[in-house]
Amino acid sequence: MGSVPAWARAYMACVVLLAVACLAPLPHLRVSWGIVALLAVLYAGCERVTLPPRPRGAGAPGGETTQQGMGTFLPVLLAGAFLLPPAAAALVALPGALLARVEQRPRGPRRIWRAAQLAVAVWAASRIYGALGGRDALVTPDFPYALVPAGAAVLTFCAVLTVLDGGILVLAERAPVRGAWRGLFARSLAPVAVHGLAGLMMAVLWRSPYGPVAALLVLLPMYVSCWVFAQYHRERAAHQATIRALVQAVDIKDGYTRGHSERVGRASVLIARELGMRDERVEVLRFAGILHDVGKLGVPTRLLRKDGPLTPEERRIIELHPEYGHEMVRGIGFLGEARSAILHHHERLDGSGYPYGLTGSQIPEFARVVAVADAFDAMTSTRSYRRARPVPAALEELARCAGKQFDPRMVGALVRALDRHGWHPAVTADLAPADVSGTPPARPSDTVGRSAP
Amino acid sequence: MSTAAPRRGVLARSARLPSAGRAPTTLTAVRVVALLLAALALGATLWNGIDERGTALAFGVLIAVGELARWSGAEERESAPLGAAGALAYALLGENAGHRTDHGVLQVVAVVVAAALIGCVPHVAQGHGPTLDHLARRVLTVAFAAVCFQPLYDQGRLLEWGGPAQALLLVALLVLTTLCDAVLAAATAHARTRWPFGPLLRDELRATLGIGSAVCATGAVMSLAVAVVGLWALPVFSLPLLLTQLSFGRYAAVRVTYRQTIASLARATEIAGYTPAGHARRVAALSRAVGRELGLSEPDLTVLEYAALMHDIGQLSLVDPVPAGATAALPADEQRRIALLGGAVVRQTGVDAEVAVVVERQADPYRDQPVTARIVRTVNAYEEMAREAGPTGPLTALEKLRLGTARDYQPQVVESLARVLSRPGLTLPWAG
Repeated sequence: MGSVPAWARAYMACVVLLAVACLAPLPHLRVSWGIVALLAVLYAGCERVTLPPRPRGAGAPGGETTQQGMGTFLPVLLAGAFLLPPAAAALVALPGALLARVEQRPRGPRRIWRAAQLAVAVWAASRIYGALGGRDALVTPDFPYALVPAGAAVLTFCAVLTVLDGGILVLAERAPVRGAWRGLFARSLAPVAVHGLAGLMMAVLWRSPYGPVAALLVLLPMYVSCWVFAQYHRERAAHQATIRALVQAVDIKDGYTRGHSERVGRASVLIARELGMRDERVEVLRFAGILHDVGKLGVPTRLLRKDGPLTPEERRIIELHPEYGHEMVRGIGFLGEARSAILHHHERLDGSGYPYGLTGSQIPEFARVVAVADAFDAMTSTRSYRRARPVPAALEELARCAGKQFDPRMVGALVRALDRHGWHPAVTADLAPADVSGTPPARPSDTVGRSAP
Repeated sequence: MSTAAPRRGVLARSARLPSAGRAPTTLTAVRVVALLLAALALGATLWNGIDERGTALAFGVLIAVGELARWSGAEERESAPLGAAGALAYALLGENAGHRTDHGVLQVVAVVVAAALIGCVPHVAQGHGPTLDHLARRVLTVAFAAVCFQPLYDQGRLLEWGGPAQALLLVALLVLTTLCDAVLAAATAHARTRWPFGPLLRDELRATLGIGSAVCATGAVMSLAVAVVGLWALPVFSLPLLLTQLSFGRYAAVRVTYRQTIASLARATEIAGYTPAGHARRVAALSRAVGRELGLSEPDLTVLEYAALMHDIGQLSLVDPVPAGATAALPADEQRRIALLGGAVVRQTGVDAEVAVVVERQADPYRDQPVTARIVRTVNAYEEMAREAGPTGPLTALEKLRLGTARDYQPQVVESLARVLSRPGLTLPWAG
């Protein structure tokens, strides 16, 4: 536990104590222990379950993403909260949470934290459910009234998890206080609500003449859903690895400093955010930046690496690369607008660029962004034939060419964005394989969000 | 594969045509039976009136909504899981909130047909409507489940057994229904495409394990839940299945994207001038067809397709392009060297290692190769030779391949290729 800050440790101890307090009434409880045991085993089984082998043809690279778990399997927990008294329901969560696979270190504290957190949340949900008379509504069964206590229980469950999670994010991960809670609740509510409905159905069937057999059937669709969601993540990781390989091939062939493509992608995103583009468009623009030079795969390496001045003939061949690139990515549907950016990223505002010599607003917006980002990174990184320029000098040069070569709007946006965020050219491609799509790394104490298919 | 059209004509005369008359019979029979059943059910229901209108309406709405929400991800077997689950649940419904229901088999079929037809209207209007076969399958499957369950229930035997036994019986019935559905699907697919029946059935059954099992479980749970709490169970339990459907949709979407990316990677060699335009795409489509013909499973076909798309990628590492990219004419050592280079590139891309193995081994003698690599080698050689030799290319190429069956090409693969090429209505599936 050495890596955990003192405050976080105290906070964790408090939550664990709270969980113990929730479990305290257990010895005096009169409850059918068979149900508790069955649910606990089910939950633990769902948490430990090994995924079937991944579909062939869709490999995840290097195995760093192959350990993606199924996520928290909430229907069992919530069914427990609906069926059992609070203390017994909290007990159901313990074995599963303690045995669950944890990928990130430190593993021991994470397991204990998770168990305590879930126990408290389930206890609270069960308490609310009982207080609203949910257990009677289950036996009769009294629909649609039964939905009210169930809804309240789901809200409570979500709220407790969010509060506890936010606390640990602030204390252990040093996340900013305001940002820690934002979005946690909203993001987790929808999936937990769906799992809650499944849990309710499970509880109703459990109490019905059809018994636990019918209740278990409820889990099958949920299991399939989680499984498919895990497959989706694997396939997406494989796809990103493929795009990364494509980009690396270009960078190596070109002899540029490594990571040029990715930095252009990042600078494009900075500009796009500054211009207030929607998230989906920003994402596409990132790909446009990353893949802008992909057509260089079609240009002979000898020309790309040539040291001396190029003959007009050689220059003409190199200038074909935007068209090559466009030809290559034409069939990739999700790139959308990025395809025209790849074709037009060497156009200039005054019409002196290539391949078509478009002017002004004829040039697609994305192409104007990528052109600025490309020029900026070319100037600020070291090439074989010259040293890197400092950022202010590069920005000055961009401003000088704005209006003739570059769109002043994009240049202005880049200047403002760099003012605000600075430029950190350390590139992930040099380190471990990076996340091309730029999704944020998994939250350290991933709990509720992870269960969201 | 537009360029293949004239070739087919040449080959169709020379090669043996598989029995063309028998195949559509199965298809027609399935359609006619389904149509008669639907007409009979609708007629009888109109004549007698509908029992328990509320229940029928609720299930009808559910099925129609399920059909409306179906997604056109053609790769997956069941594209309207909610509609299928709702139909099964109605077929297996014995009680509604504790009261016995007495809708018969014919009413079940009638409601399902009517609701499915209504749900289809917007899809048909948009031009990508569900095929007739989709509806025929739905009708036959539901009728099967209802015929098995309703008479048994009406005799009152089930009530004596007690709840848990009834739940288990439902599960057993659904498993049986799924098996029938898989056989039916494989038979119609076989009739339509004339791919071998066994592998088609195997693929159908494998797909059943995924969304099929979710559909069955949901159908069973819905019918039991309606028996306990009444019609409120329908919206409550539709949501989890919609979630499953959403996950499947996203998974299918990312698979499509991934495939497009691989295809564009394959196009790099064409743009660099190492291989002729469209070569990788044609080899991939033809390899897939041959793999189908030889009865490869769906995952193997994916490996085959990706490997075929990237089989020439090793040439990117060459200093000078091979003339016209025709590797089959090179000395064996050189071929093997390029193959190894290609395997190294493929490994870097993060595609499954199996794909890299196929690319690496594509130049080995066929006895040392996995079957996927044999197919890629043969089809690639055929593509290159047929392209060179002008109008009689296909025949000359097949002849040359047959001469090479001692060492380089597996005889079975060559014959399978000949059969695939001889098909008159060969449509090569290609997305992207």
